[in-house]
Order: sequence, then C-alpha cells, then structure tokens
Amino acid sequence: MVKEEEDSSNRPDNTAFTQQRLPAWQPILSAGIVIPGFVLIGLAFIGIGVGLFLTSRDIQVLEMDYTGADGSSPCSVCYNLADKNCVCTMSFSIDSLIKGPVFFYYGLTNYFQNQRRYGVSRDDKQLYGDTSNFASPNSECAPYQYISNVPIVPCGSVANSMFNDTFELFKNVNGQSLPVPLDGKGIAWWTDYNVKFQNPNVTPLINAFNGTVRPPFWSKNVYELDTTDASNNGFINQDFLVWMRRAALPDFRKLYRRITDGDYSAGLPAGNYSLKIHYNYPVNGFGGKKKVVFSNVSWMGGKNEFLGIAYLVIGSLCVVMSVVMLIVYAKFKFPEDN
Amino acid sequence: MTLGDDGPIRFTLAKRQRKKKPKENKTRTVHANILYDNAKGEENPNRHYVNNKIKTTKYTLLSFLPKNLFEQFHRFANVYFVFIALLNFVPVVNAFQPELALAPVVFILSVTAIKDLWEDYRRHRSDKEINHMDCLVYSRLEKRYMEKYWKEVRVGDFIRLRCNEILPADVLLLSSSDPDRLCHIETATLDGETNLKQRQVVRSFYDLDCEFDPLKYNSIIECEKPNNDLNRFRGYIIHRSGRRDALSKDNLLLRGCTIRNTEEAVGIVIYAGHETKAMLNNNGPRYKRSKLERQMNVDVFWCVIILLVMCLFTAVGHGLWMFQYGDKRPVFDVLSPDGRDLSPIMSAIYLFLTMIIVFQVLIPISLFVSIEIVKICQVYFIHQDLDLYDEETDSHLQCRALNITEDLGQMQYIFSDKTGTLTENKMVFRRCTVAGVEYSHDANARRIAMYQEMDSEEEECMSHGGTLPRRDSVTSYQSAHPASCRNTQPSAAPWSVHLTVLLPSVVHSTINLLPVPQEKDVTPDPQLLDKVNECSSQMDFMRLHRQPMSQLTSDLADIIDFFIALTICNTVVVSSPNQPRHKVTAELSSSLNRSSNRGCSSLLSSPSADSTLTKLNEEQFSGSLEHTFSAVPPSYDGKTSSNLEEGELRYEAESPDEAALVYAARAYKCSLVERLPDQVTVELPHLGKLNFELLHTLGFDSTRKRMSVVVRHPLTDQITVYTKGADSVIMDLIKPPDTGKRKKKIVCRTQNYLNLYAADGLRTLCIARKVSDKEEYACWLQHHLQAETAIQGREELLFESALRLETNLHLLGATGIEDRLQDGVPETIASLRKAGLQIWVLTGDKQETAVNIAYACKLLDPEEEILTLNTTNAFHSNFAPVETYPFSSSHISPFSVHRLGLVIDGRTLAYALDKSLEDKFLAVARSCRSVLCCRSTPLQKSMVVKLVRNKLKVMTLAIGDGANDVSMIQVADVGVGISGQEGMQAVMASDFALPRFRYLQKLLLVHGHWCYSRLANMILYFFYKNAMFVSLIFWYQFYCGFSGSAMVDQWYLIFFNLMFSAFPQLITGTLDKDVSAETLQRLPQLYMSGQNSEEYKPYMFWMNMIDAFYQSLACFFIPYFAYADSDVDLFTWGTPITTIALLTILVQLGIETKTWTWVNWLSIAFSVALFFTVALCYNASCPTCYSPSNPYWTMQKLLQDPLFYLLCTITPIAALLPRYFYRACQGTLFPNPVRVGRQLDKLPADTRRNILGLSRVTVGIDISQRCISVTNVVSVETPDRLETFLCGLVLDLDQTASAGADGPSCLFPTFIFTRSRAWLGGRFAAGSQTFSCFY
Repeated sequence: MVKEEEDSSNRPDNTAFTQQRLPAWQPILSAGIVIPGFVLIGLAFIGIGVGLFLTSRDIQVLEMDYTGADGSSPCSVCYNLADKNCVCTMSFSIDSLIKGPVFFYYGLTNYFQNQRRYGVSRDDKQLYGDTSNFASPNSECAPYQYISNVPIVPCGSVANSMFNDTFELFKNVNGQSLPVPLDGKGIAWWTDYNVKFQNPNVTPLINAFNGTVRPPFWSKNVYELDTTDASNNGFINQDFLVWMRRAALPDFRKLYRRITDGDYSAGLPAGNYSLKIHYNYPVNGFGGKKKVVFSNVSWMGGKNEFLGIAYLVIGSLCVVMSVVMLIVYAKFKFPEDN
Repeated sequence: MTLGDDGPIRFTLAKRQRKKKPKENKTRTVHANILYDNAKGEENPNRHYVNNKIKTTKYTLLSFLPKNLFEQFHRFANVYFVFIALLNFVPVVNAFQPELALAPVVFILSVTAIKDLWEDYRRHRSDKEINHMDCLVYSRLEKRYMEKYWKEVRVGDFIRLRCNEILPADVLLLSSSDPDRLCHIETATLDGETNLKQRQVVRSFYDLDCEFDPLKYNSIIECEKPNNDLNRFRGYIIHRSGRRDALSKDNLLLRGCTIRNTEEAVGIVIYAGHETKAMLNNNGPRYKRSKLERQMNVDVFWCVIILLVMCLFTAVGHGLWMFQYGDKRPVFDVLSPDGRDLSPIMSAIYLFLTMIIVFQVLIPISLFVSIEIVKICQVYFIHQDLDLYDEETDSHLQCRALNITEDLGQMQYIFSDKTGTLTENKMVFRRCTVAGVEYSHDANARRIAMYQEMDSEEEECMSHGGTLPRRDSVTSYQSAHPASCRNTQPSAAPWSVHLTVLLPSVVHSTINLLPVPQEKDVTPDPQLLDKVNECSSQMDFMRLHRQPMSQLTSDLADIIDFFIALTICNTVVVSSPNQPRHKVTAELSSSLNRSSNRGCSSLLSSPSADSTLTKLNEEQFSGSLEHTFSAVPPSYDGKTSSNLEEGELRYEAESPDEAALVYAARAYKCSLVERLPDQVTVELPHLGKLNFELLHTLGFDSTRKRMSVVVRHPLTDQITVYTKGADSVIMDLIKPPDTGKRKKKIVCRTQNYLNLYAADGLRTLCIARKVSDKEEYACWLQHHLQAETAIQGREELLFESALRLETNLHLLGATGIEDRLQDGVPETIASLRKAGLQIWVLTGDKQETAVNIAYACKLLDPEEEILTLNTTNAFHSNFAPVETYPFSSSHISPFSVHRLGLVIDGRTLAYALDKSLEDKFLAVARSCRSVLCCRSTPLQKSMVVKLVRNKLKVMTLAIGDGANDVSMIQVADVGVGISGQEGMQAVMASDFALPRFRYLQKLLLVHGHWCYSRLANMILYFFYKNAMFVSLIFWYQFYCGFSGSAMVDQWYLIFFNLMFSAFPQLITGTLDKDVSAETLQRLPQLYMSGQNSEEYKPYMFWMNMIDAFYQSLACFFIPYFAYADSDVDLFTWGTPITTIALLTILVQLGIETKTWTWVNWLSIAFSVALFFTVALCYNASCPTCYSPSNPYWTMQKLLQDPLFYLLCTITPIAALLPRYFYRACQGTLFPNPVRVGRQLDKLPADTRRNILGLSRVTVGIDISQRCISVTNVVSVETPDRLETFLCGLVLDLDQTASAGADGPSCLFPTFIFTRSRAWLGGRFAAGSQTFSCFY
C-alpha cells in the first residue's frame, strides 16, 4: 500500500552502524588485564635490553681530543692558528686489536650546525649541478652569495664553513712510520653521492666554474678538493658531502675515513700509532673542541649503551608496576564477577 | 457605508499615493497586472514588488569566494592563522616555505568553503525545482489561463488553482467553485496542522453567479506590508465604485498550503517570492554556543598564553646565546644578508616572531573544523536512532541546532510545559454538569479504563507491526490519490461517487478497530440522554403547536442549550469520510433558502456592512416574527442523507478539545451536520436539522480565554450568544444572580463540580449563554463593524468589542475533559530526576488540574510536603477548598524533615519574579524537589527560565509543544519542541524537536551523555596532542642555540595535525561509547558526570598539558640519548622523533578509546599507513626541493635501520607508562560511576540485567492511589506578605542546613557512591543501595 511506503520513508535504517551497535571490543583497564600485560611487556623489554647492552659493550672506541686548548696537547701550537698550514702529530697506542672494519671520525663540540639560519644558507639546485644557479645563487645563501658581485660557488654558510683539517695515520713499527691506508670512498650517503649532489655536465670540470669565486673561508677551489682522485672533486667530493649533511646536535662526529684496506681489513692491531694532523679549522672562537674517534660498529650502529639501559629500565618499571598492581589486587580482592 | 476614521486611504487618493513614497512604506497597493499588460513595464504599479522567484542561496558564482572568505574571517581563529601564514612571507622571520605555511589555512578555509558551497548548491537545486513548478496564470493576450512557472508569477497576477495544487504565492481568494464560495486548504507545511481550514472569497466577489472574469476586475487592493505573521492579514479592496471591503486572513491563501476539497479557485497574487508569509517565516538553523565550547575557548586562550611564554623564553634564550659569543662570530652563525651583524636583541625580536610560526600548531587550527565535523556526525546518529522514531506519526527527532549536541549531556534544569508535552493533548470527554446537576458518565469512565489496559497490552505489537496511522487517514488518503477530487464533481454519475467512497471507508474501519480511546467514542450518560430526549420531544411538540419556547422549563432549556452550545460554539469543520465535503454541502444547501442568509457572516470577520444592517432594520420592522418558528423545515434529500448515515461525519478542529466536545454532543444525538461561514446546521432528535444563522464568531484568544458565537436561534429567532471558556473567566462574567436563589445555587454547585473535575485532573470548560435583544445587538454591531474595518489597531478594537458583548452571561453548565498522560511520562520523569535533573513544570492550566497531572506523572510525590503559594483575592477566595494556613514559624519546622514540592500560581509568580524577591524565591525553589507553576503566561514562563539560568548559572532545557512555549524555548540553553498536535511554532523555535516527551530520556541520558563525553574527550585530546607535538620542538631549542630550528621536517610539522593524526580522533569523537545505551538508561545517575562536567574540568586541561610535556620529554630524550655522539644528521634524527610522536599520540588515543570497533582499528591503521606512505613518497620525490630540510631518501634509509624500530617500540611505551598506570589504578581503585557502568557492560547480559533490575526504581502509574498530602497553602495578598514568607523560609532552610547532621543532604541531592570494599568486591546484590541517590 502507498501508505506503508510513506511510513517507511522516514523510518531510520536499522543497521548496526546507524544504531551505533557496531560490534566492539571494550578494553577495561582493570587489574586482571593490566598485570599480565605489564609482566609480558616488562620481560620482553628486559630481554631486548640485555641483548642491546651486550652488543654495545662489544664495540671498541678510541677517542682523542686534539683541540690543543689546554696547552699540554701537541696541537696547542696550532690552536690560535698563528701559523698557516700548521701540522701537529699525536701519538697513541692501541692495547688490543680494534676489530674491523674500523671507522675513523672527526668530532666537533659546541658547534651548532643545526642553527636555523645556518641550515637554510645553501643552494640545493646549485649543488645539483644546475649551472643557472652558478651565475645567480639562491638568495638564502646571503651573505655568502656574492663577493663583489661575483657569485660564490658553492654558496652559503654550510659550504663556506666546511671542515678542512686533514689527517694521516701512521703505524709505528720498529721506529718506522708506516702509513695506514684510509678509505675515503663510500663515507657519504649513496643517494647524496649519486642523486642529490651532481657536478655540472662540463668537461673539464674547471670550465663550469668560470666567472665564479670559491667561498671566502676556503683555501682551495671546489674542483680541486682532492688532488689525488680527479673523480672526487666538485660537489661530489665525499668530505664535502659528509659536511653538507648537517649534524642534529651541537656535539657531533662525522665520518672521515674507513680503515678497511690491506693489512688493516681485520681491524687496527695493537701497537703504537701516530696521527699527523693538518690543523686548519679554527674552533677557539666559539669554545669548541675537536677530536678524532676510531670505532668499529655493530648492527645497531656505534657504541651506545643508553638504549640497552633504557630497555632494561622500562622493562623493570613494567614489572615493578605489575607487582604494585598485584598488591592492590590482592588487597582489594577482585572476584571476577559473581 | 461606514468608513473608519482611521482608514488612511481613499480610492481617489490612490493615484497620488503612488508618487508619495512615505505612504507606500506603510501599505502595499496591488493592481491587477492585466490592466497594464499593454503598457510599458515602468507604468505597472506592481513593478516594485519582488517576483515569485525564490533564491535562498547565499552566494552566486562570482560572489562566492569573497563573500565566503569574508564570512569565515569572522571567526577569530581563522584571522589568526592567516596572520601567521602571512608572517611567513616576511623574509627575516620566516620559518617555513611560505607556500607550505599557507597550506593548513587554505585547507581549513577550503573545507569550510566546500561545505558551504555544497549546502548552497543544495539550496540552489531545491530553489530551481520550486521555481519551475507549474501554475495557471491568466494571460490578457490569450484571454485564458496559461501554464507558467512559479518564478514567472508576479504580484497582481490572476491565478487559477485546482484541487490538490500547492499555492505558489500568497493569493487573495476571489472566486471558488464551491457553491458557498469557500476554499479549503491544508496548512500542514506551514504550521503542521492537518485539519482543513476554510478560506473565503472576498466579499465583493461573493455574489458572482457566473465564473470570475479577470478582465472585468478593476479594483485596487490596499494591504499591509509583507510580514511574517501567519495569522494576520489586514487590508481593503477598493472598487471602482469607491466601495471598500475589508480583507482578513480568511481571504488569503498562503504559499505552501495545499488546496483541498475545492475544485477550482481563482485569486490575485498579493505577496510573491520572498515576501510571502511562508518564506518570511523561514529562518535557518540557529547558532548557539555550547557550554563545552565556552570552556574550550578559555583553554584555547591558555594555549595562547603558553605559546607566548614559550616564544618569549626561546627569544630570550636566543638573545643570550648570541650574546655569549660577543664580537667573535662563530662560523656557524650567519650574518644578516647584507653582511652586517645583527645585535642579539634584534635577533631575539625576530626570533620571537619566527617562533610564533614554528609553534603555531599549539593553537589547534583543525580543532574548530573537527568539532564541526564530529557534531554533524553526532547529529546524524541522533537523527538515525530508531528509538527516537515515532511510528505513529512517522516522524523522528529533528536536530535544528547543529552545534549544541553536547549541551544535551549537561542539563541541570528541565522546564516543561504540561498540556501536549506531558499529556497527549488528545481530549476525551469524561463528565459534565448541566444546570447544577452532575452527570458522571460512569459507563464512559469504565470504557476508557478498559481501553487503557488494552492499550498497554497492545503497545508492543503495535510498535512492531506496520500499523496505520490513526489520525487523518482521510486527508492523507486524498493526498495519495489526487484524482479522488476530480471524480466527485457535481456532474459526475452517482456510482462514481460510490466508488470513491469505498476505499476510504475501508481505511476508516480498520482504524476504528484500534483500541484507542478517541475523541469520538463517548458513551452517553443514560440519565442525561433521557433528559435530552424529553426536552427535544417537548420542543418538537411546542413547535408543532406553535407555542413559544419560553414555556419550556428552564432546566430542560438549559440542557438543550448546553448541547447546542457544545455543537456550535467552536470552529470545527465537518467532513464526511465517505465523500468530499463540498458534495454534501452542495446538495444540502440547495434546499436552503440561500437569499435570506447569503452575505451574512463569516468565521471570524463580519458580514458586509450594508447587508447586515439593512437586514437588521428590516427585522426591527417585522417584530411580529419574534417568538415564532421561522425555521426551515428539515429537508431530506434521500440519497445524500442515506449516505450520511452510512458514513460517520468527521470533525476536524484546530484544538482537540473542541472536537471532543462536538463528539460528545453527537453522542447525545445533537450532532453538527455542517458548518458554513454563515450558518451552522445541527441535527437534534425529534427536531431534525436546524439551521443556526451564524452572525459572528469571536475567536478564542489567550487573554480572553474564551470564545463566543453569535447566532440567530432558529426556534426562538433570538440573537443568542454562546460562550465557552475557562471557568475562571466565565464565572466572573456570569450575570449576578439577583433573581432567585436557584441560579445562585446552580452557580455554586457548578463551581463545586468544577473543583472536583480539576481534582481529577480534567480540563474544565464552562458553557454559558446570553440572549441579546435587538437594540443592544444593533448598537454593538455598529461598533463591531467599525472595529473590523479599521486597518490600524484592528486587533485591539476587536478585542474590546468582544469584551462588550460577553457580559451578563447565563451559566449553562460545565464539562470535564480528560487529557491523557503520554506513554512513559512518569517513568521518564522518574529517571530524569534520578539523573539529577530538576524538573519544573510551567503550565497555563489551573492549579488543581496541574497538581493532579503532576501527581499522576510522579512529578509530585505523595510523601512530599507541598508548599503552595497562592495569591488570594476577592474572586478566588471561595475557591480554595484546602485549608489556608496563615504564615507562622511553627509551620515551617516540618519542612526540614520532608522533601519539598512547590506549587505557585501565576499571580504569585508575578510577585515572586519581582527584582526584590527573585533571589529569595529561587532560594526556596531550588531546595524543593519539584516546582509547579500554574496559570503562568508565556512571558512568565520565559522569565522563570531566564531567572534560573542567569541566577543559578545552570544549564536549562525547556520543552513544550505550543505557541505559548515559544518564548521559554528560545530563552533556555536548549529548547526542545514536541512535534505534536498544536502546530509547529514550538518546533520552529526549538533546537531539537521530539515526537514524544518520553524520547527526552534517551535523548538526554544516552545521546546527551555520549555527545558530551565524546566531545569533551576529543577536545582534551586535541590540546594534549598539540602541546605534546610542539614541546618536542621546544626542547630542541636548547640544542640548537634557540634558533628556531626544528628537527621535524616542515611538512610533517604542518600536516601532522591536518592529516596524520586527524582521522582516528574524528572516529573516536563520533563513535566512542563510554557506557552502553542500555546501561545509561538503566542507571540515570551516570548522567551526572555530564552535569558536573566531570569529563572536562579545568584541572584536566592542565593535567593533560603536564602529561603532554612529560610525554614529549620522553619522546625527545630517548632518541636524543640513543643518537648522542653519533654521526646522525638533523632529519635522520628528527624523522624517528616524528614517527614516535605519532605512534605515541595514536596509542594515547587508544588508551582513551572505550569501545573499539573495526572503524577505530581501521582509522588508526590508516593514520600510520598514511604517514609512512606520505613520508616515503615525499622523501623520494625530489632531490633538490623542499629546502631547507631536503630529506631525500631519509625515511627509506631509516627503515633499514634496526635502531629506528627499537626506538619506535620503547619510546611510546615509556611515554605512556604513567598515564596507563594511572588509568589502570583509577579503574581498579577509584572507579567513578561511569567506569562502573562500563564494568557492568562487560558482564554477561543476564547478569547485568539482574544487577540493573535490583537498582531500578519501580515506577508505575496508579491513579487510584493519588492523594494529596498535607499541603501548606500560603495565601499572600501582597508582595510584602510574600517577601516576609520567603525570607522566613530561606532563614529556616539555612538553619536546617547548618544544624542538622543530615540536614544539607536531605535538601540537596548528593550522589554518593559507596567506595567500600564490599562493593568493589562486586557484591552487586547490594546494588540497590549503592546505586541509589541519597538525598
């Protein structure tokens, strides 16, 4: 009948959704559920924590400060950079083999690479090899955009402040200093080297930089950063790439080289070593420190005991809480229902 | 002809007036368009009036953008966000890519704009549909009616309307095919009333015998400017001859109504398009701000403060950081673009602005949009609830205000109307008293009682099976078959009439099977029936023997007059279910002597001046006619009458009690046969059909509280006034019984019976008569006609005129009509009260009726002490049967022991609402459990609501169904209208419209609670989420030289709120149910959590903030230490933090979510998936874009790093551990009522039912046990007395509160949940105690 059709026209649909009767899980945070849950999570975390802690302990780290601010260091002569091309040598000994592959880092403290205006001061297009940005760099690069109207390439603060200390490592065997081969390839991200940073498609590379000037703090041009390897020049120089990836925190280290070649593929054997440092980078202006670090790595990265401890602490907390809950539970005696 | 002195317009002036602008401002002049068809457009005097094209859209294509933006910028938050986005374009302070920073603002603005656009488009479509409906408009060129679109109709057009057509504009009725020049309309779309209304052809066109010819029309109409009063229309029609005729609302057919039962009608358009009354009444949804939103705004303000503090801190930090380097600038410090050093102070100032941009997320931009979306979803669900759907009327709840759903969960006071809200407003005739003799109608009472039993049994099967609607089936049937009207043209063959008769009568008989006491089912009292028979046979005898009627004994005369009054003193329209109405009319009236009664009177307006006055003069000459029989002998047209007897006549009345009375009279064989504007036909036993010439109808109004009809009695030929009205007013108008003790006795007895009826909860009406002599009437008529033709102040003049007539009445009797309580009202009231709601009933009814209904619906309790405040004066002193206690302190003492109920009447209320007394009145009223205000006017109702709302600072809800509740509904925080039988005014004014009172329970207890707790939780969560995310960046400032750098990529920062974390909270905000609907209804106490704002208290905001700070610390420092001393770069370190924050925020939502449906799971999974998808795509898309972060391949690299997963596991757990632990302890150690409810939900269904069953109050209606307890009636003659009394009472209440150990708790409800071990141990057997409310 027509009437009935009209009736049903206004009638709401009787579905679980419209009537808000969708099947639902109603977790209630009561002791019965919480305690086993806490215990399980706690135990799992303690397990992971132990594993992490042990892994981290296996990692060997050798760290040396060479700032020379205190005067006792061999590099204190270079601290004020009175002397250009200042070179100093640090000697150290290793008691036991540092298992390979060994990573060689340099570190800076109190250095704010994460400063906002510093970070902005770069031109990604230029670094991508876009020659149009050679002539007119991104305005964000200012004040390292032009020097008397000649464009700076690479422009900007980040590039300008590139770390330029260099290191040579020698193993002292019987009074002889044997150079330890340092591998400078593959220390930057693969994508940085292959995708993000590209040299302009001009041969020879130097021609691309006609009409530009190098950053004011630099002593070398960008196309002659590495005199030994022609392919390690320009924007795809590995040290340059490492520097351009800004550190997250003011105390940071950056990978300098890897020790993987020849006799040292198994690691740095015990013995006496000397590190020859070409001290160029000033840190006294901001009270920073410079250091070198030799370290091997595990599957979870460099040495860091924090995460293991954190897992242990949180895991224990969970267990403690479940005990507290258990006491509460016992005291108030919950029968499940009656 | 009489011209009113105040009539401002003369026909001769009409031409000049067109030039005089100021005059036109007051009235509208309408000429027929066809006169000007040949002339140029600018000569048409109607050209200034809007045409019939309607446009309800806000925007056009061009104006959309600017107008919509302009509207959106009215919201302060939007301006703020645009300001921030623009700030980003300033190079010195910018933090993000400027275009990117615009994204959220643009997104939010465009979401709102799209919503607006869509709404506007829908309006546009419906406008277009309406504008393109067809109607017949007279064309001068074609000399016939042409089909035209509605939008082409102009003011001054002639329109021909056919049966079942909808009116395109407000049309003045000029001609009707109905022989009585009537047109019936159904006004359901305007006021919801489904009974047919009669409209009348303008008087001057009344006598046209031939069809109306538009070409001959040359009158001019002067009427008032368009206004939105549906019940008012005033104007003149001025003819070429200079004659003026008054126009009233009875001549006007309103746009949107449907023509019924009338073959064809012709009219001239007066108001078109947006100036029609229907359109002027059409206002959009209301905008209110909810309590929760007000509270939220305070916290938004706090967020701004926190933001500023954070920015200031960072700025100072940056200044100091710069300062420490002195003149030696480190290599990583960047000079200003021009190479000069920036001073630390300048840098700090710039940084302050930058930080505002970076931290902008703290002010939740999407909060406002999210709230709107969630509310729309909530409204959808409320709308869809089957439990709020009324099968009987096929209507469900309407949410008219979209943004106060959560207020429903916070109500503290309910103000309810009585009639139609608590009661059915279906009147059943119960008892009557005539001439001082009571007829108790026992059989009737028994039958009704029986029905009530059956009713409750049948209830269930009715609600399941698709039953037919009980009311108005006939009209609905006709609307479904428009052809039925056509088939019954007078020329149609007789069998076709029968064919159409068949179907509706089938429908009708099915309806009769339903065991519902209807107005029409009245079993007559045998005694009275005998008397009626005796009386009418005597009269018949007298008529045959030509004896004057005055010989009849006054008792019997009263009885017959009583029934005649019941039958004719109303506005009931007769319709036969078997036949369309005009068919009956046509055949009957053909036998009448038309010329004698033509042009006499109308429903509410008067006859044209000339005819009546001339007629009156004639009659004065032929005085010999008096006291003889001039009635037309009853004529029976065989076929028609047989039809009539087969099919019952149906009475359609504007108010249900009128119909009840007419049906009651019919039970005594005194039945209304037909009503025409100028005459009423009544069929009496023995006497047959009598035609009463209807001279005037003085309609009912709430000030006079009565209505009268003036008729010429066919048997005596006297001018008789029958008045029906509230007893209080009628009793005052009774002629002082100076002659004879008998009359005095009748009045006295009737008064006693009236009190008795009222005590039974019946509605009482007094019936009175007055016989007017000719001179008196002529004198009155003169004045009355002047009043009617007045264009200014017509209402007031008519009112005064009515007062002049209704004097010196002779009391005939009184009736008692029962207004049945709606289903479930006592249960609803009981459970609302358990929910901590104070219920006040404000009614216009008399005190006795109101008190009795209050007992019946368990508003007042027999155990309660009732405090009655009455103002006594001369009229009412004999009126109160209860003892009157003078005010003395000795009577106060019992108050402290018992619960109190307050009953106050309108006059006393007027004193109590006085400025000086209102505080004391409130103090007393709030210590009473229930308050009942009787005899209150609509204004008083709204004043009471306003007083409580403003003084007590509580959330108020007003519920009502009639026009008299509108002001109250508008004043309250939430207005609820009952879409019942009293029209739509209350619904139009309301925020929510319910079909029945009992649905209020689920609306408040379930939906209100849900909406409130959902929104409260969502808002808190929003604040938490933003604070937590922003503080991550704040902590980082300590490690980046306070330079405004962020480790979170700007994309994540900006889209975090907008996309990644947006959906789950919307889902939870829409779907989460803390307690199931069943438990919420069974345990109304749970509602109190909303009343006390327990889900969102100010301290909770700060708790959330603190928790947010803690969580962000965890999320920041765990990755910090994990990556300390490593070669990690900025965004490879920042991206895990973002991921961790997202996971933490989602798990936090999980902890706060109470019910997990698949939608919740899906939304959370979607959020996580969305984040990773966006991150992966973003990180792979462009190696050189997105400076400065340039996060190329970061996420891909991270996903290969086990450390990332280890961090993502431990950090959220570490961050959420305290909250989780707190929630777990809270659930076990101090479960709040809501939590207990949730635990109950977890129990197996039957166990739960057992437990709930224990705590449920047993509520049942037992009318027989009604008793009025000890009542303190305090009579106060003056406001001073009331003041003294209230002062004493307040003092006493204070003393009780301070003295007694259980004093305060016995007056103010406190909700105590026993936290005993026994109870926690789940000894639910004792649930009845622990769950109950202790007062």
